[in-house]
Amino acid sequence: MLRDITIGQHFPGNSVLHRCDPRLKLVATIAYIVVLFVAPNPVGLALSIALLAALYKIARIPGKMILKSLKPIVPIVLFTAVLNLFFVTGEGEPLVHIWVLKIYAEGIRYAILLTIRVCALIAGTSLLTYTTSPIVLTDAIENLLRPLAKIHFPVHELAMMMTIALRFIPTLIEETEKIMNAQKARGAMLDNGTFTQRIKALVPVLIPLFISAFRRADELAMAMECRCYHGGEGRTRLKQLKFTPEDMRCTVIITAALLIICATRLFVPGLA
Amino acid sequence: MSEIIRVEHLNYVYNPGMPDETTALDDVSFSVDEGDFVGIIGSTGSGKSTLISHFNGLNRPTSGRILIDGKDMWEQGADLRAFRFQVGLVMQYPEYQLFEETCAKDIAYGPRNMGLDEAEIDHRVKEAAAFVGLSDALLQKSPFELSGGQKRRVAIAGVMAMHPRVLVLDEPAAGLDPEGRDTILSQIRDYHEKTGITVLLVSHSMEDIAKYANRVLVMSHAKLAMYDTVENVFAHAQELLELGLSVPQVTQIFLKLRQMGLDIPTDVYTMPYAVKTIQKALAAKQAKGVQ
Repeated sequence: MLRDITIGQHFPGNSVLHRCDPRLKLVATIAYIVVLFVAPNPVGLALSIALLAALYKIARIPGKMILKSLKPIVPIVLFTAVLNLFFVTGEGEPLVHIWVLKIYAEGIRYAILLTIRVCALIAGTSLLTYTTSPIVLTDAIENLLRPLAKIHFPVHELAMMMTIALRFIPTLIEETEKIMNAQKARGAMLDNGTFTQRIKALVPVLIPLFISAFRRADELAMAMECRCYHGGEGRTRLKQLKFTPEDMRCTVIITAALLIICATRLFVPGLA
Repeated sequence: MSEIIRVEHLNYVYNPGMPDETTALDDVSFSVDEGDFVGIIGSTGSGKSTLISHFNGLNRPTSGRILIDGKDMWEQGADLRAFRFQVGLVMQYPEYQLFEETCAKDIAYGPRNMGLDEAEIDHRVKEAAAFVGLSDALLQKSPFELSGGQKRRVAIAGVMAMHPRVLVLDEPAAGLDPEGRDTILSQIRDYHEKTGITVLLVSHSMEDIAKYANRVLVMSHAKLAMYDTVENVFAHAQELLELGLSVPQVTQIFLKLRQMGLDIPTDVYTMPYAVKTIQKALAAKQAKGVQ
């Protein structure tokens, strides 16, 4: 069913990570990604996975959710791993030699490290979306991008667009299901029939869906106009982002952890 | 009368095994005879819409069986589409499902999916349009140029044109003005009378149910609370009120009068019958006075 698709993937809770300032979480996630690329050695990766595991534990998000977030990228990861396995050339004799394919010890090492790195990256960014609701995240992005408004970058408009888009995803999914059901009731072949038949059967779903999306957009614009919406200038917020002492402590801990992981680069050889 | 729909121990659970698991239908069993006009009532979230979507095979029962004309809908190898052609479903706000360039083409969508030839499709479109009072000029217009009530009638005609044996309508009059309401509902009744097909009508308006249906099915908290003739159901006015439902205004007045000590029946739900009952009561009172 369509409604099983999780977008935004927010996993509500009340842990330190959930309460944490979203700006901090956003910056920390970006820093974490950078660190993954700065310290691509076994020890660094092991430490960053340990850090991630600890954070997941603190946020009380079940391990099942990590697997769920990794599932869609399995094909890509496998593909890159296989490519690395065969095309990374190392020194000395290849371990296996079949026809034109040669596997070096170096290649195996690369493939394993790369797989772990990509998985850690996805699990890390998922942690951000699990602990932060999309709306709060948009607030954080708007706040962090605010300096760009000086050079006439439409920060507020962009954030508002994101908020509206996120808010309407569940509504439109529900709407799609309703229209699909209505057309199925009139004999549309949506879940059976040949490929071309199914594609043709989508037209009666897409047209009403577009029309209703436009109607909703019109109504929303009208409602915003009625409440005197005039863009970001001088607009105050109901929920102010505040950087609390708790956030400060989190910043110190996460910075220290990330620096330690970076430092492993100096002592352990890793990928290029 | 032969049975057209039979529901046996139907259960339906939304999101089983998830934290937001909800039972929408709990051991529902009943049957509908061919040619009946059944009104379905129940408060919001009582399972009405889930129930009627089962008749059309849009939801698969968690357990239990649904038989249409004696055949199990979810039996191995059963053709769901064949069942969908037998049971026509008009959803809530059906005007949002219109998509074709002209109304005529939109009404033809269902019959075309059934694989009928052009002459038959054309005939059925005209016939269905006549039932809901759409003129030929309107048929050639784009559905998006019409008013809300007209659009709704096009959508209902689209299902009627499929010649279903059972017509299921989910609040066909919702959001229309009183005149639009009456027009649509009486057109549905005329259609029922002329073709003799079975009609299932979901409505929040007790007046409408009392006026058009001959049997009433009451849903409450995912369970079947009552299923009987209109007189018998509205005779239990007190229970209906306890379920958070209303009864027709006439019935409410009669209930009050009875509480005030008048000896009158409580199965009154239409205006003409109410008038008759009051006249009878007055005559009895006068007779007493003469004595």
